[in-house]
Amino acid sequence: MSLQTLKTLQAQLASKKISSRELVTDYLARIEAQNAAINAFITVDRAGALAAADAADAAIAAGTAGPLAGLPIAHKDIFCTEGVLTTCGSKMLANFVSPYDAHVVSQLKAAGVVSLGKTNCDEFAMGSTNENSAYGAVKNPWNLSRVPGGSSGGSAAAVAAGMIPAATGTDTGGSIRQPAGLCGITGIKPTYGTVSRYGMVAYASSLDQGGPMAHTAEDCALLLNHMAGFDSRDSTSLERAKDDYSAQLSQPLAGLKIGLPKEYFGEGLAADVRAAIENALAELRKLGASTVEVSLPNTHLAIPAYYVIAPAEASSNLSRFDGVRYGHRAAEYKDLAEMYAKSRSEGFGKEVQRRILVGTYVLSHGYYDAYYIKAQQLRRLIAEDFKQALSQCDIIAGPVAPTAAWGIGQMADDPVQMYLADIYTIAVNLAGLPALSTPAGFSAEKLPVGLQLIGNYFGEARLLNVAHQLQQATDWHLQRPQA
Amino acid sequence: MSLSLEQVERIARLAHIELSPADATATQAKLNGIFGLIEAMQAVDTTGVAPMSHPQDVVQRLRPDAISETDRRAAYQAVAPEAEAGLYLVPKVIE
Repeated sequence: MSLQTLKTLQAQLASKKISSRELVTDYLARIEAQNAAINAFITVDRAGALAAADAADAAIAAGTAGPLAGLPIAHKDIFCTEGVLTTCGSKMLANFVSPYDAHVVSQLKAAGVVSLGKTNCDEFAMGSTNENSAYGAVKNPWNLSRVPGGSSGGSAAAVAAGMIPAATGTDTGGSIRQPAGLCGITGIKPTYGTVSRYGMVAYASSLDQGGPMAHTAEDCALLLNHMAGFDSRDSTSLERAKDDYSAQLSQPLAGLKIGLPKEYFGEGLAADVRAAIENALAELRKLGASTVEVSLPNTHLAIPAYYVIAPAEASSNLSRFDGVRYGHRAAEYKDLAEMYAKSRSEGFGKEVQRRILVGTYVLSHGYYDAYYIKAQQLRRLIAEDFKQALSQCDIIAGPVAPTAAWGIGQMADDPVQMYLADIYTIAVNLAGLPALSTPAGFSAEKLPVGLQLIGNYFGEARLLNVAHQLQQATDWHLQRPQA
Repeated sequence: MSLSLEQVERIARLAHIELSPADATATQAKLNGIFGLIEAMQAVDTTGVAPMSHPQDVVQRLRPDAISETDRRAAYQAVAPEAEAGLYLVPKVIE
């Protein structure tokens, strides 16, 4: 099977070689055939997808179609979708049919895309393996005994398995880049404030950012053009002129200076991952780029700072789930306090409860300065590291994760060990910078390895350009798991 | 730093999360593992460093004090566990 990208499907739809209904029917069949094994989808919206496909076909015939008309995608089940179940991977929202669309969802709808359903994820996006889902773990299509990464593991696995050509994801500490890397696809986390968080169920509001996941950088640019932009309903959305993320894709890389943080190539990086990354860097050098060593000396503080800031914000955000306005309510209780406590303990999984407890503690009386303020100070030091490094180079490159995909269950009982696997992705969220993962070959066990490219604020177009040029010169992104 | 069982139970009460005695002990061990990781922060001198809450250091936007939303109460209450006559129902709070 040749790689079906949004770009190639768009051309086939435009030339009327296929209809959106045919395309959507084909993908629905692929989902049906593979979902039992991979568990990438929580909800498949067959009726909604076929109706939207027919509407897209009518618009194409009438010449009134939007720029992405008829293209099938899926949304991470953290984005609210009007009239469609939105679970966030949690039992808490097992019955929540959203009464409204997230900004990202309505923007993509307006551009004409057809949503086929909602992809599995770690509960409320808290996890790096997609094992923390009330709807079961997602399997990595390259090896069904391995994790797909997380928290956008369903989106990554669905794209990698060819169940959908592209999907949305969210990234709070690596949740787009790490599963993209572990599943051998492309995914970009934009600059904080670029993509509206309206209707994207909040985990850690000062870090969360939505972004696209697809086979190619070109497809990510295509989707990001319609996902990004100012939205007054998100108080942290940035008011600035719209970027065209596709405009620079074909720019040659001659003269590009790539910084390699020595902290990202030290102890803990698996030898086979290192070899794949070095091989990808050699390809970039062949394309005219040069590399220079840089330093991000506060890298080791990123995980501690993140595990204060993210749980603190999560404990506040998740206080809204009280069994009153939406979501799970316990069946039996004797008073209001017991109704809250029972509903929340029954509705939230263990990892979510742990993060709420950590957050509650660090925000409690007498500890706020020692934890939350301290973590925000470290956050500035980490952002300063990047500023310093990016004054010596155009972009930064390194691995996405220290190893290729590990076994399902291997870290399930040890949250701290799982947290440490996010060492290369978390600092980027704290600094609010854009970063992507692009395929960089394979590990010793033939599992995908992701190359991370980190840019300066609003440098998405340049990152996508570099990834696109690398994808023109290599075939790693074209390789697919055996069905 | 390590949390006592009493502290874990107190945080759980503050967070409105019910922990059985067995859960509380298991949670205590997991939380102490996490706090062990977080503790590395305290070794760094951050005197004079301004806390960072938004990467662009933007200020909160203001908007005109005018109605911007339409009435969608019925749609929003349709997903509530218990609602009646436009009100959310909860157990009796005042005797």
